[in-house]
Amino acid sequence: MAQMNMIEAIRSAMDVVMDKDPNVIVLGQDVGYFGGVFRCTDGLLRKYGDHRVIDAPIAEGGIVGAAIGMGLNGLRPVAEIQFADYIYPGFDQVVSELARIRYRSCGEFWSPVTIRTPCGGGIRGGQTHSQSPEAIFTHVSGIKTVMPSNPYDAKGLLIASIESDDPIIFFEPKRIYNGPFDGDPEKPAVSWASHPKGEVPEGYYTVPIGKAEIVRPGDELTIVTYGTLVHVAAAAAEAVGVDAEVIDVRSLSPLDADTLIESVKKTGRCLIAHEATRFGGYGAELSATLQRECFYYLEAPIRRVGGWDTPYPHAFEWQYFPGKKRLAAGIRKVMETAA
Amino acid sequence: MANKSRLHIPKPTARPGDEPDFSYLDLSPAGSVDKPPVASRTRDIEYLSSGLVRVLDEEHHAVGPWNPTLDPSALQVAMRWMMLNRVFDQRMWQIQRQGRISFYMEAAGEEAVSIAQGMALRPGDMCFPSYRNQGLYMYRGMNLVDMMCQCLSNTRDMCKGRQLPIMYHSKEGNVFSISGNLATQYPHAVGWAMASAIKGEDHIAASWVGDGSTAEADFHHALTFAAVYQAPVILNVVNNQWAISTFQGTAGGERRAFAARGLGLGIPGIRVDGNDLLAIYAVTVWAADRARRGGGPTLIELVTYRGGAHSTSDDPTKYRPKDEWAAFPLGDPIERLKNHLIVEGHWSEDKHEALNEELKAEVMAAWKEAQQYGTMTEGPFLDPSTMFDDVYAEPPKRLESQRRRMLDLEKNGGGI
Ligand SMILES: Cc1ncc(C[n+]2csc(CCOP(=O)(O)OP(=O)(O)O)c2C)c(N)n1
Ligand SMILES: [Mg+2]
Repeated sequence: MAQMNMIEAIRSAMDVVMDKDPNVIVLGQDVGYFGGVFRCTDGLLRKYGDHRVIDAPIAEGGIVGAAIGMGLNGLRPVAEIQFADYIYPGFDQVVSELARIRYRSCGEFWSPVTIRTPCGGGIRGGQTHSQSPEAIFTHVSGIKTVMPSNPYDAKGLLIASIESDDPIIFFEPKRIYNGPFDGDPEKPAVSWASHPKGEVPEGYYTVPIGKAEIVRPGDELTIVTYGTLVHVAAAAAEAVGVDAEVIDVRSLSPLDADTLIESVKKTGRCLIAHEATRFGGYGAELSATLQRECFYYLEAPIRRVGGWDTPYPHAFEWQYFPGKKRLAAGIRKVMETAA
Repeated sequence: MANKSRLHIPKPTARPGDEPDFSYLDLSPAGSVDKPPVASRTRDIEYLSSGLVRVLDEEHHAVGPWNPTLDPSALQVAMRWMMLNRVFDQRMWQIQRQGRISFYMEAAGEEAVSIAQGMALRPGDMCFPSYRNQGLYMYRGMNLVDMMCQCLSNTRDMCKGRQLPIMYHSKEGNVFSISGNLATQYPHAVGWAMASAIKGEDHIAASWVGDGSTAEADFHHALTFAAVYQAPVILNVVNNQWAISTFQGTAGGERRAFAARGLGLGIPGIRVDGNDLLAIYAVTVWAADRARRGGGPTLIELVTYRGGAHSTSDDPTKYRPKDEWAAFPLGDPIERLKNHLIVEGHWSEDKHEALNEELKAEVMAAWKEAQQYGTMTEGPFLDPSTMFDDVYAEPPKRLESQRRRMLDLEKNGGGI
């Protein structure tokens, strides 16, 4: 086992699959010579050459569209969109094409593209380097949406994504690239080096798409979350002193509803948390599913904590970010409500 | 030709450790490119897109048909603006390095673009800039304290803390708000220009994108609309040779100049020395005149060099030779104008140095003042609940309740 941060784990995933399958290629802005603005593709150009690691023009629609074409012709492209905030020029290619080619051609054509893209805030990036647009993609039939919260899952899920014949949007919460984050920006940064999930096998393994993980077992409350907030939620539950079961959804679509349902039936209380704006957010889908399946077990209404329904402001990052305080307040509300 | 297909992967002529090599740049001597009448048909002036319009020659004299014969005093003013732009950038860069602002982008080496084009346009013309056009905001009257307050996200920040540093806007100065998303402003400029014509006004619009950004679909949308409706707009491509780590060839600049991008649509293109303030001024006046007289859009490629890092988050020594700027054949726009004014007897090294010191002091004084409106660590601070303002003209109820919840949480800390 090696100790890796999330960037190294993601790089290792691409390396392992590229080594195994000559059809896997990587393309994106600054991914070649430079190795990516977050260094996720560092070294791949030297190892696999410029026909498999391709510096793309600054055209997200072109990157996604060309990746689809390569996939139609037998390759397994891994496209990087430099920031999730810049995926929109490629949106039409994702929604109208990537997601639907298999369906409209009755399975005769399909393209196994994986789109990797860093998401989320907490890095003083302002509104165009902080967004969490996952719900826009989970709403689309025909693509899968994944968001790991640690290096081990990042590598295993990315390998599974690249090998999947379905197109996948792979969100990388950039705030936790270098270490877990409990939501307190004043604390010194923690690295993955001492975290059990920073232990990552050097070779091939997968984490299955469509499986949630119980990160912390508990009896009093279920917190359903993903990405950076997995770590924040665990810290918030601790601060409030509630025995919470924290579930990392990991795979937003397809959703492992069973794991969530079982937990909520056990605890009778549920808080859903994500960084993205709350209105119309992915949490609404989770909430609807859980209240239908667990209605007679619930001792309190399911609540959601999310980003405020505004763009992500530069200066008020920590008032915007659903941090420990906001989650703690949410936990209290769910706990207080009388049965 | 080979007997099987293969990809061409564009590669810059030099990477770290290599000798800088600009042999790929097509240059023409100052004064060698003809200046056609503004009413010329596009097909008759295609040569403008492959030549290089230059006014300042090797001996620093202004020569040829594009010489705008500007007053020496106007050139001294232009000089001051370019120098202010550079001094301001240098100071803000240091301030970022000291951790006192979160981010910065400088225009080093390309100051002539904003200043010359600012001078060539009329105040009523609307500008849709990119993030390296801070000179335009300065030229259009934004004061240094306001710019610094924006970078500080403090109580006097025009963006109320919502935007990254350098993403200014100026309604008063007719300079649009900077977006983080590349090239989106290009179609806006075309639409603004169409509206101007629809309303029967003679204001034109101008927009700027980098070489790398020309790959975005919005660049092409803008060209198409501008061409179809002959919108009174100037579309500028600032070819500073580099997008972050990729060179202009990755955006398709290897075989044909960016200036030629519009030719297929009938948009004339002019390739101009982007470090020659006189040449830029002259071609911009030409294009503006053409637009105002119903001649439609012009695409201008400004050939320059990104002298600094892409941004404070970037380290260019990882992907290009350290000394590349010094080898750039078109030099430094400030040096070039300085030398011109000196040979014409309107400037001196001493004056230059004195002005530089004066500008440094002006910038320092502005920085002192700006900090009084708050810094990242010291008050006064903006009211965070202002983040809920301006999301809508008529806000839905939920934003009001979220605002209250946010303020409560700030007060009671969520009970932990
Ligand atoms: C839609 C979009 N994609 C990617 C980015 C990330 N990005 C910011 S600047 C930049 C390079 C732009 O290069 P160029 O257009 O040449 O402008 P320059 O920085 O040289 O002025 C990139 C890739 C972005 N801001 N927006
Ligand atoms: Mg550039």
